[in-house]
Amino acid sequence: MPELGLLALPLALVVLGLAAAGLDAVLSGGRASAPFGEIARLLVQQRRRTTRPDVLLLRVGVISLVAAPLLAAVVIPLGDAPVADLSAGIVWFNAMEVCVWGALWLTGWSVNSVFPLVGAYRFVAQGLAYELPHMFALITVALGAGSLRMSEAVQAQQGLWFVVWMPLAFLIYLVSALAMAFWGPMSQPVGSDLAGGVRAELAGPDRLLFQAGRYALLVVAAGAAVPLFLGGGAGPVLPGWLWALVKTVAVLALLVWVRHRVPAVRMDRFTQVSWLVLIPLALVQLLVVGIVVV
Amino acid sequence: MPLEAFLVLAAALFSVGLYGALSQQSIVMLMMGLELMINGLIVAGGAFWYFLAPGSADGQVLVLVAVTVMALEMAMGFAVVTALFRAREVDMTDDARDLKG
Amino acid sequence: MAVAFWILAVVSVAAGIAVFVVDSMARATFALLASLLAVGLAFLLIDLEYLGVLIILMMVMEMLVMAVFMIMYMMNPAGLMPMKMVHNHRAAMIISAAVFVLLVAGIFLTSWPPRGGEPPADPTHQLGLAVMGPKMLVMMVIGVAILATMISTVVLATHRGRYARYGDDLERKRPLDPGEES
Repeated sequence: MPELGLLALPLALVVLGLAAAGLDAVLSGGRASAPFGEIARLLVQQRRRTTRPDVLLLRVGVISLVAAPLLAAVVIPLGDAPVADLSAGIVWFNAMEVCVWGALWLTGWSVNSVFPLVGAYRFVAQGLAYELPHMFALITVALGAGSLRMSEAVQAQQGLWFVVWMPLAFLIYLVSALAMAFWGPMSQPVGSDLAGGVRAELAGPDRLLFQAGRYALLVVAAGAAVPLFLGGGAGPVLPGWLWALVKTVAVLALLVWVRHRVPAVRMDRFTQVSWLVLIPLALVQLLVVGIVVV
Repeated sequence: MPLEAFLVLAAALFSVGLYGALSQQSIVMLMMGLELMINGLIVAGGAFWYFLAPGSADGQVLVLVAVTVMALEMAMGFAVVTALFRAREVDMTDDARDLKG
Repeated sequence: MAVAFWILAVVSVAAGIAVFVVDSMARATFALLASLLAVGLAFLLIDLEYLGVLIILMMVMEMLVMAVFMIMYMMNPAGLMPMKMVHNHRAAMIISAAVFVLLVAGIFLTSWPPRGGEPPADPTHQLGLAVMGPKMLVMMVIGVAILATMISTVVLATHRGRYARYGDDLERKRPLDPGEES
């Protein structure tokens, strides 16, 4: 049912993104309807102008921040079959999510302002730190499934979910999910010490797209954890797509909740932790899975 | 869409890259020329695999090697530029002419 | 499929030319990225799904690192004051045009051998078997080359070692990095 998925996918992204924003607002002490008000406000707000911005690159950056999670989502199975079951689906997901680096850097660079540029460089540093453990976590899944195809990764978990015998890879994936959506403890690229960082100069529709892209990234990162580690649509009684949705909501809620419990981490510290702790852990996990599989 | 089409694309990318590598004064721009040349090689490698010898993996391995070489070339190039810049505050090939041995 | 290929080919070459035409270094880097991404997408047309996606993945990261260095070293990164920094412009033009003509002539004059074999059902599987089997030596050499590059780039690029970070007796509790209090 790829055609149905093509309709359901954007709908699911929008609904889950709004739900995440609503939950975030509630945890911040606001009302759950706050995101709607914010959307209405941004739609009528005027664009802010800076001196000599690179408008072409700004448009490319902001639009690709929305396009990247959408393209990454096409390989995530809603239930049993994704919209496009690429034979290198896991690598495709990784490639699209790396495009966010480009999107964020372009947005920060092109407005021609100091704080966004600093935020953009922070994200590149953060990206270089999180990407290797993230890749090793994905490779661990591919090794366990014996395939780069998302649907085969789901099938390989029919007996036992990967999260049970790859807990380290799952934890590393969650950390990198926070980092790729620059969310919560990894939100230094848009930190308040930089007056908003990358998005400091964005207003009106640009800012709306930016925020939408960020929530879409969070949803996609949570959604990909389900087929990769949590058995996809496997579960009793309910149909597959509903289980996938329930699990996605659970991971998403966890990610949103973490933001209100953990302080932001500076990226130089994170880089050190990432290279000295996370990469060795990921390699040990890979070794264990490799031995089990062989 | 025959083999020749892919090879012409490869040749075009290679030639544009060659122009950059020969004409740019700045080392970083020169390296972009080199990247384009390797990009041409990648296209040719993939095309040879698909149109001439899909039975063996040689073409694919060649592409894999070329992609790695691109990354290594860039890392090494930037390390050299950094060392050069730190020593003399220059980033242009013409200013490092005395390194010619 | 042919239409898709020609669009990607034109985009790829046009972006490649744009690299040396535009003034802004950010635009030049992302033009190069566009050229590489078009090639990655063209690979999807000839069954090389894994390699095509791998090219996209690696090149995005590579060009981001490239952008950082481009902007660090160019005197006019945003191209707000147009300038041209080339030498041997005419000779380079002639040489590269001649090379292109020669290559194209060679492409059309060579009688290419017939296709040997059919593409396998899963080219990624074929590649994996090759690099873990008969082509393992290639991958091992690449591995050593990567390690050598990592070490030599760090040696070349950094001017601070652990003594600069942790003091002459390595007794400092927290390293003295740029931006930290002394």
